[in-house]
Amino acid sequence: MFNSYISNTLEYDPELCINCGMCSIVCPHRVFRMDGKVVKLLDPLSCMECGACQLNCPTKAIRVDGGVGCASAMMLAAIKGKKEVTCGCDSSCC
Amino acid sequence: MKQNLEDQTLTSIKQNEKTGACCSSPLYGSKTISILSSQSQKVIRSTSSDITFSDHLDHFIARLGVKREKHIVEPGLYAMGIPKKESPVFVSANYTLSFDALRSSLKGIDCYILVLDTKGINVWCAAGKKTFGTNELVYRIEIVGLDDIVNHRTLIVPQLGATGINSKEVRARCGFKVEFGPVRADDLPEYLKTHHATDEMRRVRFTLYDRIVLIPVELNNFLLPFLIVSVILALTGNYTAVAATIATAISGLVLFPILLPWIPTTDFSTKGFIIGGLTALPFVQYSIYGMMDETLWVRYVWGLAYLLVIPSISAFLALNFTGSSTFTSVTGVKSEIFTYMPKVAVISGIGILLIIVLTSMRILEGI
Repeated sequence: MFNSYISNTLEYDPELCINCGMCSIVCPHRVFRMDGKVVKLLDPLSCMECGACQLNCPTKAIRVDGGVGCASAMMLAAIKGKKEVTCGCDSSCC
Repeated sequence: MKQNLEDQTLTSIKQNEKTGACCSSPLYGSKTISILSSQSQKVIRSTSSDITFSDHLDHFIARLGVKREKHIVEPGLYAMGIPKKESPVFVSANYTLSFDALRSSLKGIDCYILVLDTKGINVWCAAGKKTFGTNELVYRIEIVGLDDIVNHRTLIVPQLGATGINSKEVRARCGFKVEFGPVRADDLPEYLKTHHATDEMRRVRFTLYDRIVLIPVELNNFLLPFLIVSVILALTGNYTAVAATIATAISGLVLFPILLPWIPTTDFSTKGFIIGGLTALPFVQYSIYGMMDETLWVRYVWGLAYLLVIPSISAFLALNFTGSSTFTSVTGVKSEIFTYMPKVAVISGIGILLIIVLTSMRILEGI
């Protein structure tokens, strides 16, 4: 109840993992853990979809729809009819 | 010095043309002393780890949310202390709060700081927009001539920059290895001992202090609508409603960020609704039991109006705080918007309509 954060777009394919550890270095929410031969998903629901892991995974084992988790930016984009959500230079969050 | 600034201006203009900058206004004649290296384009500025009074003032103004895009550092290469060819290179954004956090954390360390042109935006937000990104990093390395300045090929980049920087691509394109340092600059001295960041250093936080410093910016963003409503209500002589307006702003923009982790439920909107509901209670009570010179139904309708408007506006303000938080995902925020915002619009709409009707009646009675 009252939890919209029960799913996200993070997908990880352990078969492609070469255990380089980049994802566990860049993740600010400790979603990944280096454990054994491949990285394990420790806490996937903590993922905030920042996209750092996907960008830095050398084998494309991780997929996530990265983006700005900012309601004002999204609502503004919806009002202005823009498809792409970015927090502009004049926005409140940055 | 003048020549140097002109060169830098040219560089800035070129860069702006390249990236289509929307809000870059280079800060000339900044506090740093510049020296010319062999080629006039390749300027190394010098900086120190000291945070002066004017830096503190700049930080204070930035935190208030005044002239948000003006707190900038000239992009380029900076020398701190007396760096040698083997000295480390740190990468930062050209936002004073980012750059100053970095340099003040590196007391006593001779090093280079490579400042990327992020249009005066902090590392994480800029990385999200890719202005703190692979292209800008590779470009900046090239134009400052970093190849010749240092004899190693390692860059220490803040971890949160990883959203914009593809380390593999940087290495392929310019030979520099990206080493992602800790999230917070103040962990750097500890990190530099082993070049290994602990789990705690790699985790982003959202402490009470982190949330409190965001309050002035939050207030600043919504100041105008609240001010207008307050003035209109004050003109009608309804000071209870003015107090309710101010209380709503405080509830959504001050109490919510402070109490965030302790308010029940996970969603920001419901947390905002709860805190707004508590804020509404004294106004509801006063309307029903305090406004004795009004008829009974008017008192109840005022009570109902407060009960509808304050929690829903507070929920809306709370949802807007997701952009400042450090953990909400796009998927979750989208789901929140679809789940709650239509309801919030209807509830607050009815409440506002009631207030308009009641206020109009007050004015007509007054005449």
